Order: sequence, then C-alpha cells, then structure tokens
Amino acid sequence: MPSVIVPDVLEVDAIVDRWKADPEFTVEMLQDVQKHYRHLPKAALERISERTGADMGRLYHIATFFKAFSLKPRGETTIQVCTGTACHVQGAARVLDAFGRELGVKPGETTPDLKYSLEGVRCLGCCGLAPVVTFGAELVGGVDSSKVGKLMRRHRATGSAIAQQPGAKKEAAE
Amino acid sequence: MTRLTLTNLDEVARAAEEKHGRWKSMLMVCAGTGCVSAKSLPLRDAFRKELERHGLQDEIQVVATGCNGFCAHGPICVVQPEGVFYERLKPEAVPELIESHFVKKQPLTEYLFHGADEKAVPFEKDIEFFAKQQCIALRNRGKIDPEDIEDAIRAGAYRALRDVLRAGTSGDELVKLMIRSGLRGRGGGGFPTGVKWESCRKAARERGLEPVVVCNGDEGDPGAFMDRSIVEADPHAVIEGMLIGARALGATEGFVYIRHEYPLAMQRLNRAIAQAREWSVLGEDILGTGMRFDITIHRGAGAFVCGESTALMASMEGRAGEPRAKYVHTVEHGFRDRPTVLNNVETWANVPQIVRNGAAWFAGIGTGDVSQSPWGGSSGTKVFSLVGNVRNSGLVEVPMGITLREIVFDIGGGIPNGRKFKAVQTGGPSGGCLPESELDLPVDFDTLVEKGSMMGSGGMIVMDDHTCMVDVARYFVDFLCDES
Repeated sequence: MPSVIVPDVLEVDAIVDRWKADPEFTVEMLQDVQKHYRHLPKAALERISERTGADMGRLYHIATFFKAFSLKPRGETTIQVCTGTACHVQGAARVLDAFGRELGVKPGETTPDLKYSLEGVRCLGCCGLAPVVTFGAELVGGVDSSKVGKLMRRHRATGSAIAQQPGAKKEAAE
Repeated sequence: MTRLTLTNLDEVARAAEEKHGRWKSMLMVCAGTGCVSAKSLPLRDAFRKELERHGLQDEIQVVATGCNGFCAHGPICVVQPEGVFYERLKPEAVPELIESHFVKKQPLTEYLFHGADEKAVPFEKDIEFFAKQQCIALRNRGKIDPEDIEDAIRAGAYRALRDVLRAGTSGDELVKLMIRSGLRGRGGGGFPTGVKWESCRKAARERGLEPVVVCNGDEGDPGAFMDRSIVEADPHAVIEGMLIGARALGATEGFVYIRHEYPLAMQRLNRAIAQAREWSVLGEDILGTGMRFDITIHRGAGAFVCGESTALMASMEGRAGEPRAKYVHTVEHGFRDRPTVLNNVETWANVPQIVRNGAAWFAGIGTGDVSQSPWGGSSGTKVFSLVGNVRNSGLVEVPMGITLREIVFDIGGGIPNGRKFKAVQTGGPSGGCLPESELDLPVDFDTLVEKGSMMGSGGMIVMDDHTCMVDVARYFVDFLCDES
C-alpha cells in the first residue's frame, strides 16, 4: 500500500451520491470514506466539501471529533481492545498493554508496515464475553494477556485470530 | 410478500402459525453478536447438514435467532417446543447431539447447563438465570427469526399498531395511555414517556411544525448492551413502537441513531425496515389506512456524548456531536429545529406491549403508584446487563423493584472462583458503586438515586473482593475526561 493515497474522485463521488450529496449525511459520508481508504484523505474531504457545500473547517471539526475517523492511514487490521467497565474489571488494561508490546506501538498508533492499528475502545457491548478484542470484523472473547502472543501469531499466519476448523474456508478479516 | 392491511393481519399471522406448526421441533440457535463470535453460524450450518443426513430436514427447523441473553455460555441452542437448553456447543458435537436428542430421545448431558451443585438442568425455564426474569422488551428473544417479518407477525408484531389504527385512537388518548402506564425513559433519564410526547405535541401545535420521532440506539454506557440485543433479536418491536409514537404525534419522519460499533444490529434493523416497507407497515399507505411514516438510520461514529439528545441531533444534522445548553428542550427545538421526541430502543420496544395489554397491566408491574402521576413509581420491567465478576453473566429483564441481591445472587448465581462480593456498579460512568450493605435495595429509578447511584441505562457490573475501588474510580474519571 502506498503511504500517500490519492483518492479517485469517482470513488468519492460514488460515496457522496450514495447519500444524495445531502450535507445532513456528512458523518455517514466520512464513515464510508474512512472505511474505503482506512483514513480521511485530504483530497476526499475537499471533494466532499465541493459537492455538499460543507466548508473544510466543519469537515475537519467532524473528522477530529469522532473516534471512528483518522486523518492518518490506519493499518489493514484494526485491533480494538475493549476497555468498557466489564472488560476493565477483568483485566483489559493488561490485555491492551500486551498487544502494545507485541506490536511495538501505543494505543492509537499503527505499525510502520501499516499491517495493524491498535486501539483501546469503550464498550463493544459484548460484556458477557469480557475481556473482548476485535480483529477487524472478528470478535474474540475471554482474552487474557497470556493469550495475546498466540492470537497475534495466528492472525499473522492466517489472517484470522480464530482457530479454523480443518477444511473450513478462511474468512476475510474485514 | 403480502401487503398488510387492517383486516388481513390476523389471517397472515394465522397462516404463518399454521406453517410454523408443521415443524415437530425447532433448533433455536442464538445468532446475537456474542454467540456469532463464538461461532454459532458454523454451528447452525452443521445442524442443517446433520438433520439432512438423518432425513429430518422437513421435521426439524433450524432458526438463527437474536441474542438469548446468556452470552457467557454461548454458543447457545434451545430446542423448542420443549425448551431444552444446550450451551457451549461446537459444530463437532452436532452429530452426537442430534443422535442423542432426536433419535434416542435423551438430552445430551454434556452440553446442558450445570448449576453450582454440578447438577444438569435440562430446561431453560428451570435455569436460575432465567427463572426470575419477566420479559416485555425482550419477549421475543430467542423465539423468532429477527430477519423474517412473517415470523415476527406470527409472534404478534404490528397487532398493537393495527388496533390503534382500526380503533382510530387519537394522539391524546395514546399520550394519556403512556402517562397512565407510568412508562419512564429506559435510556437512563427516567423521564415519563407520555409527558415527553405531550410536550412535543404542544410545541408542534404552537409552532405549527410537524414533529419528528427519533430512536436513540447510541448505547454508550460501558457495560450496557440491552439496546443492541433488542435490535438484534426483535427489530420489529422497535419499529412498531416508533410507528405508534408517530401516530400519537402526527409525525411522518422517524430516525434511528445507532452506534457504528454494532454492525449486526444495524444490518438486522436495515433488513427489518426494508421488509416493513415491502409489507406496507412503513411508507405511504400504512396498513392501507393512508398513514405515512418512514424511518432513516443514522450511524454514530464513536462519541459517548452523542447519547445526549442535543449532541445526537447535531450529529444527525451532519455536524460534530457537541451538546448545546439544556434550557432549550429538544421536544420544542430538536432535529432541524423541529419538535422532536427522542426515546431509547428499550422504551420504544415497550410501547406496543402497553397498547396491547393496557396501562393498568404495565402499571401493575413494578413499584410505587403511578395513578396520580407517572413520577409516582417505576412501572414495568427493566433490562439489565449483568456482567463482571458474576457466575451467570448476560442480559436479564426483571420487574422493577426486585432487589440487587436477587439479581446478583439468585439470577447471577453469585461470585465465581470462591471470591466474595465487594460492590455492584450501576448507572454507567455517571452512576455509582453500591456495597454489600445496599444489596437489599429495590431496584427502581428513585431508590438508587437516593443512595447516590442511579439505574441509568441498566449496566450492572459486579466486582469481587480483588477489585480495587480506587482503580474503578480512576477508570470512570478517566472515561469522563476522555469523552468530554
């Protein structure tokens, strides 16, 4: 993946059109851009501004206000360690530390090879399975800090943190 | 697909029931977020394959349901109609289970729930976790296919709406019904729903503007996941509640604001809305009566404060979700400056049941006396997420007024690993921790506030004697600083 992404204006337009260029759906458009490019490239924001009439100041305000958005590219897989209350009382802070050591980054950062981003998040709403971690779209429950190395090894090797059954198809992480 | 009308709803439900009755057994496989992450979908597929191998595919139905609530024991499968509860299932166990349960007619003990005394408990209703629960908002959990409107109709969806439209119940009557029922906001505020609707109607009349109906699904409190589960298990209950609200207010536009952290809930709700449009439950000619109403979904983008009404509406208008001063109420000046009613998911899910069963029925459950004023008590049930250091963690719906001790020890089965109870945290980050001396308190809106905590949206995090309370206090202060 190149370090500077030049968004295709047609792709951005397709996203804007999906929301009928209605400025009321600005947050939605930015979510789609974030999902597509794993960050909000400046050129994409400029195009949205042009199409919807929302000024750049407002777009940057939104982009920096909500946690879902990032102005720098995030990794291919975002690892979210839930730090909600139920996870917290069951050791989420140690799990987050262990991922930080394993990846060599702090929460909120991305590995230099752009493979992984690490985030501590507030409650994923799966408190019955605490402590919970997500790898992209995969959710893993009952994670303690001693399991982190194994999960990372498996994810690096197979692209999935969940043990696959023999013969089962590998699911895409995202 | 059928176009539903005032007259054919019962017929459609009957036909669905008849079709449903042809199955000898149903395998209700939980497909809520928790169980899906524990691989319940491969489990469902394994059941289907194995049933085919035995030639039972036309006798036994496999249904992927919404969240069962007993998440820590997933993946869960309940065999209906008898209600045998299997837990922690693996696809590898399926051949043995089918052989044992359906061929030898013996439940497979290994995957049954085992109580603290190590005895197997075959039936769901006998498991301590479920025994004291009373489900209104979660009435259909684990009982229907949340992705099939026909199954929801079979289970009673849209009957309350039909009754209201057929009887021509006026907005004023609906407001009075909500006030008499004593329904108070389940999102944490505990504001009487009927009073909110009445203020909004008044503002709409005075300002000559059409009001807007909004459902708050921005469940931000850490440790609470009831709204996610309701949407995943029974999205039509939320849609029907909003439709009745729209009827009471004369609204034609509705919005659901839902967290982006809940992709499955969003997907189920999108599907339910699409089906509701096809079946003319939403759109231009609802149930053939000419009523107009439709629902648009807005995704949250990760901001705790967006659960607050003015911040939520700012975000829906395409701005940063920053709250404004509270002295201007959103019932008067809300979304697009129009009078707006904002109720949370659980509140909306209660509305159709109140219409169906009456205000007195709802007021008869819970605490206090709401006959003079809805502030006089706490009616109905509340869904709590019972999590942390507790043996049976998951989602529970209980009548208001139940004690904390009953929730933590009878339903929750107490503290695991031979540890002792220290405190239970309620009410989210702005709530508080209640120690053992307060365990006999009845849980309702007002009692917990008196004791310095609150019920909030229903998170209940149990802490054992190894939990450091200073650390917990620091955690919440950090949380609130970070989200401010």
